[in-house]
Amino acid sequence: MPKPTDPALKASPWTDSDAKPYVRVEKLTKSFGEFKAVDDVSLNIYQGEIFCLLGASGCGKTTLLRMLGGFEKPSSGRIFIDGEDMTGVPPYERPVNMMFQSYALFPHMTVEQNVAFGLKQDRVAKAEIRERVATMLELVKLGGFAQRKPHQLSGGQKQRVALARSLVKRPKLLLLDEPLGALDKKLREHTQFELIGLQHRLGVTFVVVTHDQEEAMTLASRIGVMDHGEIVQSGTPSEIYEFPSSKFVADFIGSVNIFEGRLIEDEPAYVRIASPELGGIIHVGHGISAASDTVVWAAVRPEKINMSTEAPTATDNVARGAVQDIAYLGDLSIYLVKLPTGKVVRVTQPNTSRHAEAITWDQQVYLSWDDSSPVVVTR
Amino acid sequence: MRAVLGRFKFGGRGLVVVLPYVWLMLFFVVPFLIVLKISFSDIDLAIPPYKPLWIWDGEHAPAITLNFNNYTFLFTDKLYVKALLNSLKVAFVSSMLCLLIGYPMAYGIARSRPAVRSVLLMLIVLPFWTSLLLRVYAWIGLLKANGVINNVLLHLGLIHEPLTMLYTPFAMYVGIVYSYLPFMILPLYANLEKMDWQLIEAAEDLGCRPWRAFLSITLPLSRNGVLAGSMLVFIPAVGEFVIPALLGGPNALMIGRILWDEFFSNRDWPVASAVAILMLLLLVPFMMWYQSIQAREAAASE
Repeated sequence: MPKPTDPALKASPWTDSDAKPYVRVEKLTKSFGEFKAVDDVSLNIYQGEIFCLLGASGCGKTTLLRMLGGFEKPSSGRIFIDGEDMTGVPPYERPVNMMFQSYALFPHMTVEQNVAFGLKQDRVAKAEIRERVATMLELVKLGGFAQRKPHQLSGGQKQRVALARSLVKRPKLLLLDEPLGALDKKLREHTQFELIGLQHRLGVTFVVVTHDQEEAMTLASRIGVMDHGEIVQSGTPSEIYEFPSSKFVADFIGSVNIFEGRLIEDEPAYVRIASPELGGIIHVGHGISAASDTVVWAAVRPEKINMSTEAPTATDNVARGAVQDIAYLGDLSIYLVKLPTGKVVRVTQPNTSRHAEAITWDQQVYLSWDDSSPVVVTR
Repeated sequence: MRAVLGRFKFGGRGLVVVLPYVWLMLFFVVPFLIVLKISFSDIDLAIPPYKPLWIWDGEHAPAITLNFNNYTFLFTDKLYVKALLNSLKVAFVSSMLCLLIGYPMAYGIARSRPAVRSVLLMLIVLPFWTSLLLRVYAWIGLLKANGVINNVLLHLGLIHEPLTMLYTPFAMYVGIVYSYLPFMILPLYANLEKMDWQLIEAAEDLGCRPWRAFLSITLPLSRNGVLAGSMLVFIPAVGEFVIPALLGGPNALMIGRILWDEFFSNRDWPVASAVAILMLLLLVPFMMWYQSIQAREAAASE
């Protein structure tokens, strides 16, 4: 995970109540007629962060990004960047640059002219422009492509030009709209790490919009999960993955098995949930803040479920079922196990041994998990 | 015989290609050759009023007399060169006026919502439903001394005696710009409609004010539309006859009118033909330019 290189910057400033946020979004709302694209969002982003806005298409993440860039006027709320109120400031006066999803390279200009464009607008001296453009093109490994036109470049090269163009002005904040969306999978993975490296070196704060949770997990220092115009949860990738605050987040990030149940024992040290879907009791090794006898959901990640052919000794957190389907992915295998209740549970097992005794189709297996594995959510 | 015909493959596909060519041969190439022929002959008091190009007495080889006098005459009498230059000037000024008026309109249409857009485009095309002649006559009613415009201005007390507008260059420009404006707007719109407006956002994001973004991004990228529209106005405006004749008054020295005068008033078909050929030669480079722009545009949209 990226850590700011500047020693003056705290490793995780969001945990420090004294830290001053670099970008402060206050109760931001954007309505298009009756529809609220962004609904009362408040958000703090700290210097040197890569903050990912993650959500399905239409969740409002791009609208929020466009408001940060100045392309959409908020219906209400305020935006502060580095202490300055930027709410009504037009894009050409913001210390913010954006990398567009389509890259939006100027087709009638060469790579060099594209990158120099922003500096020219600021009336930077010619010699300095030339130097800064050359340095930037070296940085994104496009030194030999300065005189090419955009249509002569591959997708990955265009992406680098767009990145160079948006970084050359040394913005306080760089907005990236699906930065890797148009690249193929192999190139995407490679570019993700390059992007992180570049961000480290330049120390620019990034806000990235993506619908790809894997991309968000790789890039982000923190993720804000968006749904219906609201940020439903924000936190580090591991917080979001291990401690989702709702069924939606648990389901959106990675795969998960969700069991509906009723709270039957609510002690400070543990809770027990009777789940007809599981056909048994779920025992959770910590207290939760929910009233007894309410409907709750227990979320268990596929990789946290043990699968064996022998019956476990415990009676809670156990289920028996038949293997319905297997997907062999090389590094791990996915098993779909059908319980007698009809619920299909997803289990992943790492293929640690090359000659493991294989569990096959239709075999009866026992599923079990640790009492620290389930996450209980109330909505 | 069948083998020869077979080589041309007179199938359904051949037919649809050949028919338009036959049509163009009959009604463009042949008349053009006739005009070319007449332009090299001499005026005569006969029907038709020119001497034949070749005489064959049946014994000797046919005697062809090519007469270049008509062309040299066009350059010795200042009238023709002046009319030609004036036509070019009028066509150029009209194209520029159409561009100045048409660009903002095309831009506005291209940037409006799709539903509004089709209504606006409809309104641009709507005047074509009435004949050009009727529309130009309507301008007479608007511009004349006791016409609509003068009456309104007099009534409002803005002027105290009618303005002379009809039969002036002003009226002629109004007529030409009015008639040819759609030919400027439509290709410009077609070009601007394909424009990626995110480029403008990108320019503004990089610190470019809207007006500068227009100058450095939108305008250069719409270059082909500007050129195509200008050619579509310029080329026909050079030879325009109806509008200068109806609105421009006796002093509107346009090559189209000279042609008409030579043909109908002076009955000098050879000189009239020479004028027509000269005008055509003058316009060929512009037409070729227009063709190459169209080809480039087509290549760009692939």
